[in-house]
Amino acid sequence: MKKAGGKTALKRSKEEDEEQNQIFNFNRKPADEDKDDDLSDSEDSVYSGLEDSGSDSEEEEGSDDDEEEGSDDDEEEGSDDNDDKMKEKKEGEVSEEKKKHEYEHDSSDEEDIRNTVGNIPMEWYKDFPHIGYNLDGKKIYKPIRNKDELDDFLDKMENPEYWRTVHDKQTGSDVVLSDDQVELVNRLQRGQFGDVNFNECEPMVEFFSSDVMIHPVTNRPADKRSFIPSLTEKEKVSKLVHAIKMGWIKPRRVEDDGRGRYYNLWASEDSSILARHKMHLPAPKIPLPGHHESYNPPPEYLFTDEERALWEQQDPADRKLPFVPRKYSSLRQVPAFSQFIHERFERCLDLYLCPRQRKMRVNVNPEDLIPQLPKPKDLQPFPTTRSLVYRGHSGLVRSISVSPSGQWLASGSDDGSVRFWEVCSSRCMKTVQVGGAVKSVAWNPNPSVCLLAVALDSVVLILSPSLADKQVILSSERLLSAQQEGEEPAEGNGSVVWSEAEGEELNQGLRLKIQHPKAVHQVVWHAKGDYLASVMPDNTSHLQVYIHQLSRRRSQNPFSRNKGLVQCISFHPIRPYFFVATQRSIRIYNLVKQEMTKKLQTNSKWISSMAVHPGGDHVICGSYDCKLSWFDLDLSTKPYKMLRHHKKAVRGVAYHRLYPLFASASDDGSVIVCHGTVYNDLLQNPLIVPVKVLRGHVMTHDLGVLDVTFHPTQPWVFSSGADATICLFT
Amino acid sequence: MGGLQKKKFERGSATNYITRNRARKKLQLSLPDFRRLCILKGIYPHEPKHKKKVNKGSTAPRTFYLLKDIRFLLHEPIVGKFREYKIFVRKLKKAYGKTEWSAVERLRENKPTYKLDHIIKERYPTFIDALRDIDDALCMCFLFSTFARTGKCHVQTIQLCRRLTVEWMNYVIASRSLRKVFLSIKGIYYQAEVMGQLITWVVPYQFSHDHPVDVDYRVMATFTELYTTLLGFVSFRLYSSLNLVYPPKLDSNGESEPKEESEDDYAMNSESYLEVSHFVLNSEDMEKMEAREKELKQQEAQKKLFEGLKFYLNREVPRESLAFVIRCFGGQVSWDKSVCIGSTYDVTDETITHQIIDRPSMIFETFACFRYYIQPQWLYDCVNAKILLPVEDYFLGVTLPPHLSPFVEEKEGDYVPPEKLKMMALQRGEKPGNEQEEDEEEEEEEGEQEEEEEQEEDDNGDEEDDEEEVAEEKNLKKMEEQRSQGKSLHVKVTPGKLKVENKARLEQEEKAEEKRLAIMMMKKKEKYLYDKIMFGKKRKVREVRTLPLR
Repeated sequence: MKKAGGKTALKRSKEEDEEQNQIFNFNRKPADEDKDDDLSDSEDSVYSGLEDSGSDSEEEEGSDDDEEEGSDDDEEEGSDDNDDKMKEKKEGEVSEEKKKHEYEHDSSDEEDIRNTVGNIPMEWYKDFPHIGYNLDGKKIYKPIRNKDELDDFLDKMENPEYWRTVHDKQTGSDVVLSDDQVELVNRLQRGQFGDVNFNECEPMVEFFSSDVMIHPVTNRPADKRSFIPSLTEKEKVSKLVHAIKMGWIKPRRVEDDGRGRYYNLWASEDSSILARHKMHLPAPKIPLPGHHESYNPPPEYLFTDEERALWEQQDPADRKLPFVPRKYSSLRQVPAFSQFIHERFERCLDLYLCPRQRKMRVNVNPEDLIPQLPKPKDLQPFPTTRSLVYRGHSGLVRSISVSPSGQWLASGSDDGSVRFWEVCSSRCMKTVQVGGAVKSVAWNPNPSVCLLAVALDSVVLILSPSLADKQVILSSERLLSAQQEGEEPAEGNGSVVWSEAEGEELNQGLRLKIQHPKAVHQVVWHAKGDYLASVMPDNTSHLQVYIHQLSRRRSQNPFSRNKGLVQCISFHPIRPYFFVATQRSIRIYNLVKQEMTKKLQTNSKWISSMAVHPGGDHVICGSYDCKLSWFDLDLSTKPYKMLRHHKKAVRGVAYHRLYPLFASASDDGSVIVCHGTVYNDLLQNPLIVPVKVLRGHVMTHDLGVLDVTFHPTQPWVFSSGADATICLFT
Repeated sequence: MGGLQKKKFERGSATNYITRNRARKKLQLSLPDFRRLCILKGIYPHEPKHKKKVNKGSTAPRTFYLLKDIRFLLHEPIVGKFREYKIFVRKLKKAYGKTEWSAVERLRENKPTYKLDHIIKERYPTFIDALRDIDDALCMCFLFSTFARTGKCHVQTIQLCRRLTVEWMNYVIASRSLRKVFLSIKGIYYQAEVMGQLITWVVPYQFSHDHPVDVDYRVMATFTELYTTLLGFVSFRLYSSLNLVYPPKLDSNGESEPKEESEDDYAMNSESYLEVSHFVLNSEDMEKMEAREKELKQQEAQKKLFEGLKFYLNREVPRESLAFVIRCFGGQVSWDKSVCIGSTYDVTDETITHQIIDRPSMIFETFACFRYYIQPQWLYDCVNAKILLPVEDYFLGVTLPPHLSPFVEEKEGDYVPPEKLKMMALQRGEKPGNEQEEDEEEEEEEGEQEEEEEQEEDDNGDEEDDEEEVAEEKNLKKMEEQRSQGKSLHVKVTPGKLKVENKARLEQEEKAEEKRLAIMMMKKKEKYLYDKIMFGKKRKVREVRTLPLR
């Protein structure tokens, strides 16, 4: 019972809600009320005419219940008693009110209005003892609580009219529906018309039919405008006519499907080839695919892991293949190529965006590029093999010089000694300790004397090695002592001091000492053997070159101005010219006229060495940037030929006195011997052919061969290296 | 002095070129229209020799067109059509904006159109010119014909492309001009010889495309517009050369069905062609003639490669491609009725010789034992080898031999995959049994390589000699030391070794040295070129050597 009571209470409140929301309508109302009843006697199957609809609505209610119970549980429990009371009170009067309410909608006549509160939620009155006012303005009191749930239950059990009893909320009374009313409710629930006699299936009377009627539908007389021509239409038409006349509107185009209609375009091959077509460069075709692209390539064409990693790292433009070769075991496994549209598109772009240029691709045979030179065999003699090695020095051998007779070889080393060797036997004949790293040695080219100039620190020593005929020795001694007998050396030069060797030094063969103000780098003899020039490279002063005259013991500085760091110097073998190589150029001075005659541009960064052809018209010059330049003095001041044979800095160059040979020594440890014929005919250029690369020195401290010189008469070449040896190549 | 000062950039190459923007202004076209015009007319930029001069002293990167080309474009009637179209679009927009639907309809009806016939004729004055340029057209049309109707381009275009490609394939079948087929990872390459021109095209595999976003479909569509026109005219001409009617009547779904009556015509044609070639050949010298004749014979044999064979395609193999290839070589082909219409016989047909199948296992019913069940690669390999290859390697479930590209022609010194050697042996008519010989050949090759290596080593020979000398010297030194120390020498006379002088080797060495010296004397420019060539050669040799080692 309690439960049922609770449910009804719930229903009530729900109904009230509905009322509040003004969705209460007449048609539904009886059903709702019936449902209430149904619910109250839910356990029993005493459903009557409302049964079928009830079952539907019950389900709905049930679901509603659940929802509401969830949300309103607390409230309900708290106000349970209250609610019950209220309901009880209400019930008495509601039935009357219901009647009234019912007729409110009926606009006809409101006979049964007992409660005048109007269409309001009745719960507004729940706290009052009355539920409204009657027509006279008297309060209608709620019925005294006489019906509780037990009563209700009993009523349900005993009252046969219970199922058709409806509670009127407004009046709080129960109304028993008559048979007619029940019937009406049933009909309405079934969706039928309320009027039993109404026939919904009457045949339709077609008013507007396809038959033309003789009488008008309306009786309205026709307008005037339907008899006179329309002005607006006329205006429009005239506009169109005008537009057609003016050609603004064209008649509708005939549907012409020009596309896809083909004919023999080249029927008349009139060969009208314009100049354009001759100029036209057809786009190159797409290269055909190789084995790489196969869906099942041979395994060697697949990428290894490294290749794949490389491929992924590389920029797409650098890749050798634009795709990764893949192998599929069968055709059905081959997927779609994702880049297909891309590739087509790229091709399209290439076709209309790429500049085209005719490139003459000459298929060069690399062998044809090699110049046809005379065979080295035909240019013999030249040194080919290393035949002797002169050992004895303990430091790197900076400079070597061969005596004019070709019998003796002098070498100066960093270990502070000058050694004299017999050329043919490689025997060291003599060792002179000079006490300092020897920078340069030079044998006097005059065959009638036997003197050696040695440059170390700031001194130039003149040695008389006494390795010759007595006569020669005597003549050299005479040369040295000649001026002694004459007047005293002029001391006016100031900075250069000539002095004679004494004591022990004299025994060693030392004769003269020429003291310079700065460190001397190189010393060279004039061809006659009387003059001697020395270099003191110094960027800051004009005192860089001295020319000494041995017979008079006189020194002079030929240059009054500093023209750059002097690297090396040389006398012209025949004429009174003097070659001075600064860092980047070679200047040629006429010693007689005392003026510069030529300046050679070497095109190299730093000249290391220089040699003058015995004819005197050609100069070769080696530089630290691996180049060897050959100058033809008659031709130009620019090099006739630049030879880039060496891999490292060129340290020394030399001409052979008799044979058309020259050699260059470099830090890469090689000596390259070249054939260089010079023709007397001025129109014919020198012929330069490399004939042999000689190797024999060991690289030490990144230095290879330091100096190179030819034998005066034989086609032999000597080279001194940083490995403290001297080699003879024959 | 005197005279007018010469102004810069008013003569010479500066006046022969025009930048793209200036060209566009001269033609009064928007950039897309200019682009379309260039595509249709085949105008491409040129690279001037002296870019700075042409660019009036500036080095900014610019595209240059020949002024003559642009002047030529000025008279193009299509430019007028472009302008008309522009106006049409403007009017249409306006009508839409005003919601004047009748005006929209009227405008749409009067949409300006243009034809490209005259452009085709102008660009390709002779038919052979057109045929030479048809590769790209075919590739593009085959691609477009596989597009889904998703609005990337007009449906009509797709249909037209499909129609044209089918017509082309039909022609190739009818004229039996297919030469090579290659299954690549990109698609299937076909090469046909049409009127003496080798024409290659690629067909993507039958999958739906995922359309990339960074592709301008307008450009592609413009190209396709041109290409469809070109292909149509070319097809017309080709069909008429075979005495066939163009357009052919094809099945509604565009299935490639050769018409039966065409065969006779074709046969006649080919014979006449042969006779002509005989006549021409008479004038040439014998050897060449024989070679040509042999080639022709081979070609004829290839054309009849599949004649008399009856194929049946299972549903999982690429039907269109296979049917095309089989028909090109005179085979009969059919497939399951449910796959596509046009199947002529059933699986149960007893006369079927080959069933093409591409399945992992043999779970299917076998109908007759007189039938090979082979994988599709067999067909393609047969076409490329020009002979019927042994079927054993291509049976179901067998690991397939590698599929080689028929387009690679190995030159002297290139790496030849062993599979290719095998195939060549088969072509020569040798049995695959004597594999040992091949190995020997390979060994010989290796031997040659070794020799080459030796040659290279010769270059370093001098150093070796030096080393020997050094060793000798050491020995001598030792002895000297011992002598100087005054010890009693255990004197021992060792018999001197006779140095065998290899004359040939010496000569080689000499030559190598000569060459090295001559190389030293090369001019800088030539040296650079020489080094480059030699670098390329060496790399190639290296690659060839490393390739088979994997």
